[in-house]
Amino acid sequence: MTCAEAKILLHALLDGELDADHAYEVEAHVGNCPHCAADSHGYREMQLALSAAQLRFTAPIGLRRRIERALPSSPPRISSRRSILKGFAMGTALSAAMAASLVIGVIRTDQDHRLVADVVSAHVRSLQVEHLTDVQTSDQHTVKPWFNGKLAVAPPVVDLTAQGFTLIGGRLDYIDGKAVASIVYRRRSHVINLFVAQGSGSADHDAKLETMQGFNIQRWSAHGLEFFAVSDVNADELREFVDKFEAALQRSTELTERINGSLVSSPDRK
Amino acid sequence: MAGNGSNDDDEKTRRFRDAALPHLDDVYTLARYLLRNTADAEDAVQECYLRALRHFNAFRGPEIKPWLFAILRNVCRGECTRRSRSPLANNVAAEENEDAVPLWQESTVSPELEILRQRDGNTIRRLVEELPEPFREAIVLREINELSYREIADVVGAPIGTVMSRLARARSMLREAWIAEEQEESLLT
Repeated sequence: MTCAEAKILLHALLDGELDADHAYEVEAHVGNCPHCAADSHGYREMQLALSAAQLRFTAPIGLRRRIERALPSSPPRISSRRSILKGFAMGTALSAAMAASLVIGVIRTDQDHRLVADVVSAHVRSLQVEHLTDVQTSDQHTVKPWFNGKLAVAPPVVDLTAQGFTLIGGRLDYIDGKAVASIVYRRRSHVINLFVAQGSGSADHDAKLETMQGFNIQRWSAHGLEFFAVSDVNADELREFVDKFEAALQRSTELTERINGSLVSSPDRK
Repeated sequence: MAGNGSNDDDEKTRRFRDAALPHLDDVYTLARYLLRNTADAEDAVQECYLRALRHFNAFRGPEIKPWLFAILRNVCRGECTRRSRSPLANNVAAEENEDAVPLWQESTVSPELEILRQRDGNTIRRLVEELPEPFREAIVLREINELSYREIADVVGAPIGTVMSRLARARSMLREAWIAEEQEESLLT
């Protein structure tokens, strides 16, 4: 391989676009050519700098509104629910109990759906209004105490920078009318909002993936808390985030105690 | 109940909204880099979404983002031609027909880039904005919008080989500008 060829293919290698054979050839050339090795190193550095810098713009809220107005949303969910209820009214053979459980099923799904929708719009809002973080720091020991006194729970904050998810800060947000913690991470140029709310008291459940408006949402409950991780990173990476977060959390064993401690922190002044 | 036709339209609009709105920031980002002007970028993005909705029936997945980009690009081109400022059209031929003369000198292992990693976003953004077309477009689609080569080729309507060589040129130009910027700064201090 000549330097001229390598100069072009080097970029495809950096971008992960080369098949194994070509990648091997380019790597072999770079290994033997100090000039191309220097280029390779320089471009790698530049690529890292580009992905670390905030080069994306956020669409102004006015523009978003104008476009949303031009795309009136229809309410299909209401009509589908109405048609189910209409089925009952027309006297189907379903027993009353069965009908009742069906209605509950429908309503619960709606509520869940609304909760997820709420989480997604909180995520979108955080990106829009330049209000991603209230406390901006990559230090977990600064983020965690910041929530003290602002919430009924102490959200666990772990630094996952070494695992590829950079902690960038924390923020108070509102979901379903309640104040929740949002811990903000960055994966390359993508933001991950991890919302932490007080658990509903039901049993822990494993993370499950949902998608809405093109965003991926992982939702799970553990340690008496409810977690929602929302991002536009792909589903695999978000799953990886959840796994790494939980693994890091497991390691800090004293954490559960601390959460319990703050839950019962009633004002017991003497 | 309304007629079936309007229900279909509603359904189409809703599907479009769910699919396209999450990419608004991406589309706006590309518009900003292509037009280098806030007001023009806003107009172009709005026009892009209206056109995309009109032609949504013709959209054949899987990814909607490159499709939106391709529409945006057409809108931007129209805009540039209309204003006959034409940064998209003019530079292209001249720049691409040049021989692939290396734009950089003997490079050493570059400690300067280590320092440059600390550069703030504004400076890097400006350096990207100052790149001539079509190199600016190539680097924005790749580094900021994270498209694959195949997707970039589809968006700009060029063969993958062309995309590859544009990216190589774009990066060498950017790197050179980047180093020059750093040297200028060190002269001032």
